[in-house]
Amino acid sequence: MSTATTTESKPQQKAPAGERVADWADGRLGIYSLAKANMRKIFPDHWSFMLGEIAMYSFLIIILTGVYLTLFFHPSMNEIVYHGSYAPMHGIRMTEAYASTLDISFDVRGGLLIRQIHHWAALIFLAAMFVHMMRVFFTGAFRKPREVNWLFGFLLFVLGMFTGFTGYSLPDDLLSGTGVRFTQGAILSVPVVGTYISMFLFGGEFPGHDMVARFYSVHILLLPGIMLGLMVAHLILVFYHKHTQFAGPGRTNNNVVGMPLLPVYMAKAGGFFFLVFGVIAMISALFTINPVWALGPYRPDQVSTGAQPDWYMGFAEGLVRVMPGWEINLWGHTLALGVFIPLTLFGLILAVIAVWPFLESWVTGDKREHHIAQRPRNSPTRTGFGVAWITVYFIGLVGGGNDLWATHFHLSINSITWFVRIGFFAGPVLAFIITKRICLGLQRRDAEKVLHGRESGIIKRLPHGEFVEIHEPLGQDQLHTLTAHEQYAPAEIGPSVDENGVERKVGPTQKLRAKLSKGMYGEGNQIAKPTAEEYKEITSGHGHH
Amino acid sequence: MKKLSARRRHPLAAVVVLLLALAATGGLYAAFAPAGKAQADETAQSLAIEEGKKLYAVGCASCHGTGGQGTTDGPSLVGVGSAAVDFQVGTGRMPAQQPGAQVPKKKVIYTQAQIDQLAAYVASLGAGPITPTESQTNPEGADIGRGGELFRTNCAQCHNFTGEGGALTHGKYAPSLEGVSPKHIYEAMQTGPQNMPSFPDSTMPEKEKKDIIAYVKAVNGEETPSPGGFGLGNLGPVSEGLFAWIFGLGALIAVAVWVAAHTAKAKKS
Repeated sequence: MSTATTTESKPQQKAPAGERVADWADGRLGIYSLAKANMRKIFPDHWSFMLGEIAMYSFLIIILTGVYLTLFFHPSMNEIVYHGSYAPMHGIRMTEAYASTLDISFDVRGGLLIRQIHHWAALIFLAAMFVHMMRVFFTGAFRKPREVNWLFGFLLFVLGMFTGFTGYSLPDDLLSGTGVRFTQGAILSVPVVGTYISMFLFGGEFPGHDMVARFYSVHILLLPGIMLGLMVAHLILVFYHKHTQFAGPGRTNNNVVGMPLLPVYMAKAGGFFFLVFGVIAMISALFTINPVWALGPYRPDQVSTGAQPDWYMGFAEGLVRVMPGWEINLWGHTLALGVFIPLTLFGLILAVIAVWPFLESWVTGDKREHHIAQRPRNSPTRTGFGVAWITVYFIGLVGGGNDLWATHFHLSINSITWFVRIGFFAGPVLAFIITKRICLGLQRRDAEKVLHGRESGIIKRLPHGEFVEIHEPLGQDQLHTLTAHEQYAPAEIGPSVDENGVERKVGPTQKLRAKLSKGMYGEGNQIAKPTAEEYKEITSGHGHH
Repeated sequence: MKKLSARRRHPLAAVVVLLLALAATGGLYAAFAPAGKAQADETAQSLAIEEGKKLYAVGCASCHGTGGQGTTDGPSLVGVGSAAVDFQVGTGRMPAQQPGAQVPKKKVIYTQAQIDQLAAYVASLGAGPITPTESQTNPEGADIGRGGELFRTNCAQCHNFTGEGGALTHGKYAPSLEGVSPKHIYEAMQTGPQNMPSFPDSTMPEKEKKDIIAYVKAVNGEETPSPGGFGLGNLGPVSEGLFAWIFGLGALIAVAVWVAAHTAKAKKS
């Protein structure tokens, strides 16, 4: 602080410099009350609670590196003839966007590294958001009061996909241009308005001369701006709601057990930021990503095999790749179902996971707040559903890379396409059933452990010759952890007639709700956790069982 | 002339005439007959064809027929030319190991001399593309930029941006061009082996073929620089995404677990 030197003269009268700076700031910004409220904010400790941090830090890295790239990138589709540093492109006509990307890669100091950090961080950002979202989903951390924050997070993921798409389209290389053409095809498949949207978006016929400039402002301004706002709102809500924690001794729905934000979490989070930056920078320094120089400039008359989007768009690519090329021709108009159905499914599949929290709260009718994260096994239907959703998602990804599966595993691309077609329907069903069975099995195991203790592996021979294994009873803390979760009773429609014998009206939505509730919490869909009475009965009296 | 005509009935006259005639034809033959070297070549060529025929009978005839006329197991070789043989046998594709969607590249089992003999025999069955010479395929001095443009227009659809290869329908594929010699690339374009279309000189002149070879060697050769680091197979977003998930996010989750495990512990009272 520059004020430090002036304070030396009369130390006995003036407060220390730091305090005076803080006083100054408090008088204008009110930092004392802010700090008082937030500095001792408690965060629980668990590695899975740091997945969102990975996403946040990679987002920050993307913003930082992105700013650097904007200094050298020319978002223009004016055509020039290249005579830069990369010999294999000499004499080729290309847009300024592509040429400036080559310049960033070969001439700008640190340009290639920054480009690679930007791109690798983007892939990791989306992957981290995906995993973070699944953590929240499987632990039921989206329940009241966090539904809105769940939606914020979901929106961040979807916006991240499109920010990524508009970003990798900017260099105007043959690969990304093919991706933009693919997107234009998807837009064209929209009935009635498709052609208009396409003309509007590209300023005329594809590819036109506006695409890069428009994608540029969307990519660097519009979408990241919204995302930054959403991320801040996301964080504010995390602060406001406080973080969820796993059940354990001393942890209740009304407290948070963990470490304070200052100094522990500030230090940890700050350090973690640099670790994330370090890992991403190391990957970017060692591994090539999107070598645009090898791809050539985009020309609508050229196309290459192995043209896939970045991974987060891969599942949409897969849906289109495996969809039969159905088409309806009516009164001179073509309805390209082969593209339009995948486009619809793309939105639908994403929406399904977004609305699950609302469906679940409607089925349970639970309006209470929940701050204890659930173990996935204790909500078998939800966990099964989540795994089924992931299965659909990843089967779509397999479809998106069907050609590489074919060449690298010496398979027929047609067989892979059929595998994906069948897997798209059968995969989630199988995944749901298997996951649910595993969850129920784990619940049974928990109940067994609570009632009979842990298998010690020690075999004892009794005087009359019988062999028994000694089970060690669990500690009080473990007993608590394993039985802390709540279990819902399935919703009942109630008697068909009321107390006066008059037939009650039961709406179809109520019937559906009862049915879903039974599917989630009915008999065979969850294992009743051991009660205290059961525990007492078993542990008292007879020594072994 | 009188003396000569007086002796025309001499008993030895016929012999003299015969000798003169023989000398004349011999001299004329010596004067007009092809050069001795060419004569030797002819012999060598027919010898090569002979040898090639023997090799053919052992290695090829079971599928392509004893006279190269083709069978249900293999196409006719009449008119495929020596370039096709040099490519197919020279890259190990022929003789095929087993029937399938496509005959893969494998270890070459013939010497170049034997391949030339086989090529000579097959070329003798009917005219076709001729094995290119070194000067035809040497990409030195060719226009790499133009080659790249031609490659992306004509080849990338199946062979990928930089010739990493790609999948075709029903288990067929466009092979990787990594490590393929200029001669074989040239021959492949010339003859269109297996599922590949052919690009004869009438549609793609020799100069353009050279440009393409130069481009492939520049972007997928042994000395191709990789300024961005390891290429992850140069397969694009699929391998990049897989890497980002497994090694990128994997490493970061490992770090997260490590950080969470090394927390500030409350002192036990």
